[in-house]
Amino acid sequence: MTELLKTPGETPPTTAQGRAFGPWCTRAVLKNGPLGGLIALVVVMAVLSQDFLNGQNLLNVGVQASVTAILAFGVTFVIVSAGIDLSVGSVAALSATVVAWAATGEGLPVWIAVLLGLAVGAAAGLVSGALVAYGKLPAFIATLAMLSIGRGLALVISGGSPIPFPASVSSLGDTLGGWLPVPVLVMIAMGLVAALILARTYSGRAMFAIGGNEEAARLSGIHVKRRKLVIYALSGLFAAVAGIVLAARLTSAQPQAASGYELDAIAAVVIGGASLSGGSGKASGTLIGALILAVLRNGLNLLSVSAFWQQVATGLVIALAVLLDTLRRRSAR
Amino acid sequence: MTGVNDDVPGGRELLRVEGVTKSFPGVRALDGVDLSLRTGEVHVLLGENGAGKSTLIKMLSGAHRPDEGRILADCGADGGTNGAPGSGAQGLREVHIRSAQDAERLGIATIYQEFNLVPGLTVAENIFLGRQPRTALGLVDRKTMRARAAELLRRVRLDVSPSTPVSELGIARLQMVEIAKALSLEARVLIMDEPTAVLTSDEVETLFGIVRELRADGVGIIFITHHLDEIGALGDRVTVLRDGRSVDEVPASTDEEELIRLMVGRDISEQYPRTRPDAPGAPLLRVRGLTRHGVRSSKGSPARPAFEGIDFEVRAGEVVGLAGLVGAGRTEVARAIFGVDRYDAGTVEVGGTELARGDVRAAMRAGLGLVPEDRKGQGLVLDASLQDNLTLARLDRDTRRGLVDRGGQRREAAAVAGQLKVRMSGLGQSARTLSGGNQQKIVIGKWLLAETRLLILDEPTRGIDVGAKVEIYQLINELTAAGCAVLMISSDLPEILGMSDRVLVMAQGRLAGELPAAEATQDAVMELAVRSPKGAAPPDAGHTPSTNKNHPGQSAMEGSDD
Repeated sequence: MTELLKTPGETPPTTAQGRAFGPWCTRAVLKNGPLGGLIALVVVMAVLSQDFLNGQNLLNVGVQASVTAILAFGVTFVIVSAGIDLSVGSVAALSATVVAWAATGEGLPVWIAVLLGLAVGAAAGLVSGALVAYGKLPAFIATLAMLSIGRGLALVISGGSPIPFPASVSSLGDTLGGWLPVPVLVMIAMGLVAALILARTYSGRAMFAIGGNEEAARLSGIHVKRRKLVIYALSGLFAAVAGIVLAARLTSAQPQAASGYELDAIAAVVIGGASLSGGSGKASGTLIGALILAVLRNGLNLLSVSAFWQQVATGLVIALAVLLDTLRRRSAR
Repeated sequence: MTGVNDDVPGGRELLRVEGVTKSFPGVRALDGVDLSLRTGEVHVLLGENGAGKSTLIKMLSGAHRPDEGRILADCGADGGTNGAPGSGAQGLREVHIRSAQDAERLGIATIYQEFNLVPGLTVAENIFLGRQPRTALGLVDRKTMRARAAELLRRVRLDVSPSTPVSELGIARLQMVEIAKALSLEARVLIMDEPTAVLTSDEVETLFGIVRELRADGVGIIFITHHLDEIGALGDRVTVLRDGRSVDEVPASTDEEELIRLMVGRDISEQYPRTRPDAPGAPLLRVRGLTRHGVRSSKGSPARPAFEGIDFEVRAGEVVGLAGLVGAGRTEVARAIFGVDRYDAGTVEVGGTELARGDVRAAMRAGLGLVPEDRKGQGLVLDASLQDNLTLARLDRDTRRGLVDRGGQRREAAAVAGQLKVRMSGLGQSARTLSGGNQQKIVIGKWLLAETRLLILDEPTRGIDVGAKVEIYQLINELTAAGCAVLMISSDLPEILGMSDRVLVMAQGRLAGELPAAEATQDAVMELAVRSPKGAAPPDAGHTPSTNKNHPGQSAMEGSDD
């Protein structure tokens, strides 16, 4: 009690202002975080390894990033709307398995097989979305269930062993003109589609409103439940594309493929500047996030860092990125 | 400072606030405020919303610190004992209240409108939260705790067991638990922020009884209320705050006209620039027998319908005020009309067409818009840009061939932001960074862009400064002049009286009556608002709208049936 009692004369003036927040360079880094981070990483890798900045290697980085990036574009929709999708890795494997089973196993025309694979991906997302929107399950639980269901169905359909991919679809894993990898082209195309959806479509704008304040979105006439169906279905559809690209590179659909990729995808979205609490996120950021992860892995491989330590490094990058995101938010208030 | 009235009964001074100033970004919340509190006194703090009452009490409870000025408290060790006479200002010393703990040590307890109770814990555990009596082994001494809690509950005349979980208590009882908690702290200064806002008239009487007892025990009480009739009934002195300044300190016997004049600083007619239409137009909204059954929240308390038998209409060019106490069901009715929540019986017609239940989009297509009570929680996407917020309700209209016309949206948003004189740095600014008044303009602007014909405003000026309030009133006038209609819910009685062409009053889920502007006075509205519906006693009796008409006091409603 006594420390409360000070005679007026001795009272130090209390400073009313909050702490000044960091020098401006901190702010600049925070503002352009993801791109700045990617550039810094590229510079570091280029200095440490002379093999890094070589055209062929950079295309390799693109190929390595492609599957994660395509998955992550789909997850971006979900995260922008304040949800989460843990099922994309499994759904990717399921879709690829369905394509291979339909084309190779059942002898259906390849284009029908591919459409079937995409439809299965979208349907899986639709089920997750229905569980979230109408079943009122937390997105984490609904998509965790779908993670298990998708993987299980892929194993059931394939009987547990890889199915050869039809040759015409496998060319998706090849190069164009002998040097330009098709997966990179698919990644760019899907990125543009994702950017267009986010920025310019009704569903895209609704994603930001729902993620920012679901109740305000609902009171402004947005049919939140229906939008959630669309959002998770899009995520499933993007996962199907990623699964087909991955199987094309491997020339076979493997039921255990893309296991754990959902975490890479979420990491890419978050590194790219989206907030897990929803309302913010960009396709370009997600692309940068996926590239950061790929550059990190590729560079550490060139430097002969063990795969074990690579995991540690990846974890550090994710933690650092989210830490920066938190700081950015706090400084913006 | 304003002289301490020696003619007011009371003991020595307990607390004194001198020239306290506090600024927040963009707002000077308090500007040289003085206040003094004595033992055994009920000191009423009176002021409009946004006058600075909350900031002042937060300062006394350690949530804010003053920029300038000082707070003096009597820290004498003789704490609870009554009025050592003649000690005067000698017992007062400057204090720095930096936290809730500091306030607690000084014997200052605050009961906010939102209670600080943990629902899952028992009454006794809540009263002694963090200060549980211990046994010799350091374990919580439940027996002693329950006994002491029972004693405190007797003092506040609360007839519940100390072992009752707080989640089973209604709002009036929660408040009594808060008071018991304050008593357990041996609080000598008790601050009560609008304690009567949520209570029925019987509960208010009980509360007053307890407050009078505390006063007799020498506790100094700072009492915030908007109900002027409570001031004479309970208060000793009144300090009036206006725009962050303490305007005057007057005895509680001051008449209401004078108090209002001090509070608003001018005649209500100037503050509420309502231009009334010569003749209202065709009915836009017609609500018939709207009813939603109650949810049985806990054992013991019977399920009261959220609202029942609500009949009214709103005509083009009209402002209809919906008054009533907090919890009377006004917001629930508004949300049901707008399709946010479902209802069990009745119809909502807009322009003669019945709306589907629970369908916001149908309501919007029919020309309804809702500015919700909770601006930040329900009205705005705080981290989205102003452009996105303004165009949110017309997103589907701006979508052509699958693509949103962002350029068109920018033009629309810029036009409406200009029309509403939103003070902003640009349309890309996030809604979070605007002041309350400008945020509210954004929410209203969203509905202007959605081509709303009937706008439901729920507490449209809560927490908004006086200047922005007048702008919003002028906007209401513009809307009605253009043939739109407004249904305005407000707990701010002067606002309801000043702006409405007709006032509907709700009490306990029913329409208690309707008053034309000429007959709507504070007294008339309050009388209806605190009335308990007499026919409501038998549970699940025929809740048809016709039962309402048996009440002679509701003749106005019958008139609207024609």
